[in-house]
Amino acid sequence: MNIHEYQAKKLFREHGVPVPEGYLCESPIEAEFAMRRLKSPVAVVKAQVHAGGRGKGGGVKLVKSPEECAKVAAEMIGMTLVTHQTGAEGKLVRKVYVEAGSDIKKEYYLAMLVDRESASVAIMMSTEGGMDIEEVAAKTPEKIVTVQISPITGLQAHHIRELCYGLGLPKEEMKETQKVVSNLYRLFTKYDYSLLEINPLIVTGDGGMMAIDGKMNFDDNALFRHKKIEAMRDFSEEDSREVEASKSGLNFIGLDGDIACLVNGAGLAMATMDIIKHYGGDPANFLDVGGGATEEMVTHAFNIILEDKNVKSIFVNIFGGIMRCDVIANGLIAASKNIGLKVPLVVRLEGTNVDIGKQILADSGLDIITAEDMADGAKKSVDAAKRG
Amino acid sequence: MSILVDQNTKVICQGITGKSGEFHTKLSHEYAPRFVGGVTPGKGGGKAVCDLPIFDSVAEAREKVGANASMIFVPPPFAADAILEAIDAEIELIVCITEGIPVQDMIAVKHALDASKSRLIGPNCPGVITPGQCKIGIMPGHIHKVGSCGIVSKSGTLTYEAVGQTTSAGVGQSTCIGIGGDPIIGTLFIDILAKFQEDPQTESIVMIGEIGGDAEIKAAQFIKDNVTKPVAAFIAGQTAPEGKRMGHAGAIISGGSGTAAEKIEALQAAGAHVAKTTAEIGETLLKAIKSK
Repeated sequence: MNIHEYQAKKLFREHGVPVPEGYLCESPIEAEFAMRRLKSPVAVVKAQVHAGGRGKGGGVKLVKSPEECAKVAAEMIGMTLVTHQTGAEGKLVRKVYVEAGSDIKKEYYLAMLVDRESASVAIMMSTEGGMDIEEVAAKTPEKIVTVQISPITGLQAHHIRELCYGLGLPKEEMKETQKVVSNLYRLFTKYDYSLLEINPLIVTGDGGMMAIDGKMNFDDNALFRHKKIEAMRDFSEEDSREVEASKSGLNFIGLDGDIACLVNGAGLAMATMDIIKHYGGDPANFLDVGGGATEEMVTHAFNIILEDKNVKSIFVNIFGGIMRCDVIANGLIAASKNIGLKVPLVVRLEGTNVDIGKQILADSGLDIITAEDMADGAKKSVDAAKRG
Repeated sequence: MSILVDQNTKVICQGITGKSGEFHTKLSHEYAPRFVGGVTPGKGGGKAVCDLPIFDSVAEAREKVGANASMIFVPPPFAADAILEAIDAEIELIVCITEGIPVQDMIAVKHALDASKSRLIGPNCPGVITPGQCKIGIMPGHIHKVGSCGIVSKSGTLTYEAVGQTTSAGVGQSTCIGIGGDPIIGTLFIDILAKFQEDPQTESIVMIGEIGGDAEIKAAQFIKDNVTKPVAAFIAGQTAPEGKRMGHAGAIISGGSGTAAEKIEALQAAGAHVAKTTAEIGETLLKAIKSK
């Protein structure tokens, strides 16, 4: 789960990580007053959307008066921001964050993430703040220092020393680095982050450090123990069908093609998309109904894929392990009867209770194209989509 | 011979009185009667499915019925604790089926595991089976056939595809292992590949990976350096769009690392035969066997 910058800054502030003063605004007039409250000669108006690269897309602007602040906010609120992370359709800006301009002496980069390789939390710091970190990693890897924190010991003073000496930071910055990094590490482990990135982390004229941006990503699997974080979720930033699917325990991702897929298991669902492409088709979605799907979940899954008007055929590909083929068959029939099936349905069933499942489909009297195996099913659904 | 499990394995189920735990203990025990009990704290002294004794703790199950393997069906918030309990009880093989364990919980588990005598398969995996001898997990038993191919996979249902096709091809399986698709897992491709290479029953190997991470790249290097048996491979997610999370927490692809193309190239360079589609795993394996 992702959150907005203004929410991230609130978490920073609450956990002893300094951030500039700033206010969330939903209208130009609020933005004007926000800048007056800041008492700063310059302010930054920042579009609040879940995407990186906002600056290049026109979603971050410097203003020098409350009037200008209102004007820029008026332009930004309601605009569709397109960045390299939003896709061509862009994202609607509903709110802006008005923040005091900062006295920037230096820009650093700081990130924490779960490192699967070492099974630990890794802290990455670089002196090249404000830059694209992947480019820094490629061109000047010596300017990035990474330390891994064992869960047994937690963060220790020598980890901070490794960062500071490794990057050649001046002695007077060590104490501030110690404070910021240890507060961030506490935040990271407290709320089950999967990624926390600050770019840039600045050193101000008076020697303090401040987080100018904050990208936070939380482990969805741990949200059950963080109601506070879960409450920050902004559903309007997410694909409505994906949200709908996740509420019923389904794993759905909308794509641009015209062959809908309904599959059990993430690996098989990916492989199903692959084989559709292999036979010249284009998948309309990724949909994993999971191992323990009920008849209702299958019906729900069907509803979601049929909402997509581009869909010209449906490929149901099931290899039952936990998932029983009879459950799938009953769900398919219930959904087809409720919604009315307007496009060809190709079904491939294999695994637990496969004979019962096939019998249920045969007895239903529905017009279903059966497939012998995955390749056969993929070919038949591609053909059906081309005819439709 | 086989790897990890055989007819002498004594299995318990942690979470045996839950709906899934009960169902899959029954199916696994009916497939091959290797289960000796189950654990549900608070219900010790009772009887579970298949008339198996219930214990309050893993240590008690180990002491009273000599359990040396555990199948875990405990819900995600309590699953890490269940694994740690099995580690403390020195259970040799722990198979965790549970999906959705917080990754920071798994960080702690992984470090405890490294300092222990236990091996963990999973979490978020279908489990382990040696056809005809022992099944620990949720895979449908009837699709398997005693044979000579070792199968290792990140994905559950794709393992079944490979099993179905190796059965049809007449090769059968020595042992099949789903290692799980989470970012932090107990056992890696290379651990299993090393065991297959040493196992006399295993004459060929099928390895199924997916996008995200670099486990398949490391496996490719390992195959190149250490594996002399024929290897067929498949990588799922060749057409997955960047930046999207495809169900398995591990299968996220961004910034051009961990792509299917890189992995396929590394595996081919290591001498593995890579199937173009899932439907071709069986024939690719036959080709790999022939060309050795």
